[in-house]
Amino acid sequence: MKPKTVDKIATAVIIGVAAFIVLLLIGLLGFILVRGLGHISFSFLTSAPESFREGGGIGPQLFNSLFLLVLTMIITVPIGIGAGIYMSEYAKPSKLTDFIRLVVEVLSSFPSIIVGLFGLLMLVNYFGLGFSLLAGALALTVFNLPLMVRITEQGLKSVPREQKEAALALGLTKWKTITSIMLPIALPIIVSGTILAAGRVFGEAAALLFTAGMSSPRLDFSDWNPLSPVSPLNPLRPAETLAVHIWKINSEGLAPDAAEIAAGASAVLVITVLLFNLIARWLGRFMYRKFTATK
Amino acid sequence: MAQTIPKKTAGNGRSAGKNHFVEEWVGKVYTTLCVLFLVATIIAMVYFVASRGLSTFFKDHVNVFELLGGLKWSPEGSPPSFGAFPFIFGSFSTSLLAALLAAPLSICASIFMIEITPKFGRKFLQPVIELLAGIPSVVYGFIGLSVIVPLFRDIFPGQGLGVAAGALVLSIMILPTMTTVATDALASLPAGLKEGSYALGATRWQTIYRVVIPTTLPSLMTGVVLGIARAFGEALAVQMVIGNAPFVPRSLFESASTLTSAITLSMGNTAAGSTHNNALWSLALILMLMTFVFVFIVRWLEGRSKL
Repeated sequence: MKPKTVDKIATAVIIGVAAFIVLLLIGLLGFILVRGLGHISFSFLTSAPESFREGGGIGPQLFNSLFLLVLTMIITVPIGIGAGIYMSEYAKPSKLTDFIRLVVEVLSSFPSIIVGLFGLLMLVNYFGLGFSLLAGALALTVFNLPLMVRITEQGLKSVPREQKEAALALGLTKWKTITSIMLPIALPIIVSGTILAAGRVFGEAAALLFTAGMSSPRLDFSDWNPLSPVSPLNPLRPAETLAVHIWKINSEGLAPDAAEIAAGASAVLVITVLLFNLIARWLGRFMYRKFTATK
Repeated sequence: MAQTIPKKTAGNGRSAGKNHFVEEWVGKVYTTLCVLFLVATIIAMVYFVASRGLSTFFKDHVNVFELLGGLKWSPEGSPPSFGAFPFIFGSFSTSLLAALLAAPLSICASIFMIEITPKFGRKFLQPVIELLAGIPSVVYGFIGLSVIVPLFRDIFPGQGLGVAAGALVLSIMILPTMTTVATDALASLPAGLKEGSYALGATRWQTIYRVVIPTTLPSLMTGVVLGIARAFGEALAVQMVIGNAPFVPRSLFESASTLTSAITLSMGNTAAGSTHNNALWSLALILMLMTFVFVFIVRWLEGRSKL
């Protein structure tokens, strides 16, 4: 066969496969949204779930997911950025640095169920946190830290060398250079990466089964005292998140409309991830423009 | 005025010097503590999982080879038997099958994005694929349960649950991961190599399979291994569609189990310290050791990368 014909056939095959993937992806998203959107309503998003009757909502689960996300990010962001700065600016090339790099890489590829088991052993039992939001947030921190470190490193690497050198030449300390010259420049990358990581946290379930628990106590949304056991803000209460809820009603759902609830909750999850993506893109571009004076 | 300025600067200079010193140390100590936290966490994690997982062999005197090769898993039976081979088999078969399905598709997709329609690929396809990488695994499990399982139930004998459904769900799940890595690999190929090939009169396909793929092969394989690793460790999506019977299945459409699904289902129902519980930790230890293996394969591949 002529090389030209082979080329045409191969191109056609590749385009065909790509088209198949695009169709698959569109079908996937379409399926989730079409099946789920019909079930989403204000009362579905705010009311409590029902175990045996129809018409249960996902209100507490949605709140738990958001609250857990905020808790996790409060713990993860300072530690992750600190460790990222160390890896990118302070670590000298040595055996020890190589070892830390390996550790971060291993941690980032640990299955989330293992992180959950570790949380069960260490946080829930050993530190006596019980199945609680705090234990869940710490487990998710472990799960999220390597990503945060990588994002920070990437951000700092994107800072032009001249700018860093100019700051050091002016007599600023290394730390001052990092915090007031390099971090602002790296911020667009760090912020958009962090939001994407937040999306991942929002949908994580396996690490939470044995840390945040699979039940949600009755919550009183008028009680905002964080120490009260029925308060939604109490970090030591068990909390079932949206993703865990989807898993639970699919494997042991007793409500007659379990499939609809799962579809609605899946759609909410996917839309949230979509929103996180869009916000990350938009905010990254906005900050980049703001800080670098490019049009 | 002119006299006071030098005096002031001198005074500032001294305190500024001290401030500088403090400032530098604050930064160093803070970032070092963060890294120490990270390292301490992983060491604690490896230690705890290993000590629990190994106590099955040292404290409960279960034979290592019985656990790895045994076919019968009945931890509550009398006498109890801890043959975890069905789980190991399930994990490997689902993740390898998933990679087998997803790898060619993802490599084709990345070639399409980089070599055939760079503009459309970058603007449209890549964001969509990145979005898919962010979809939670329970959602994939739910789709598997409500689309793939009923479909298989209609077409093939059996309940539809099984290795085939698990592998298909996983392959869709790891497709974005693999495609992203492959796309990065192809995009980082120096333009000169391709231009040289075109200048010699090669067609696009000849350039792709004689130049592009051989040079980027280690990076492409890295993507495949990362995909397998993700599939191997995935718990809930697989657990929802595989059926969870602790046997080695005789066909792809028969209910099976994986390491992760066994842990997910039973960990909550066993008492800490019991042999059953320790055996589950041994499964977790196997998972963890496999993670190390995957990380080392990825490192080895990165070392071989010619770019």
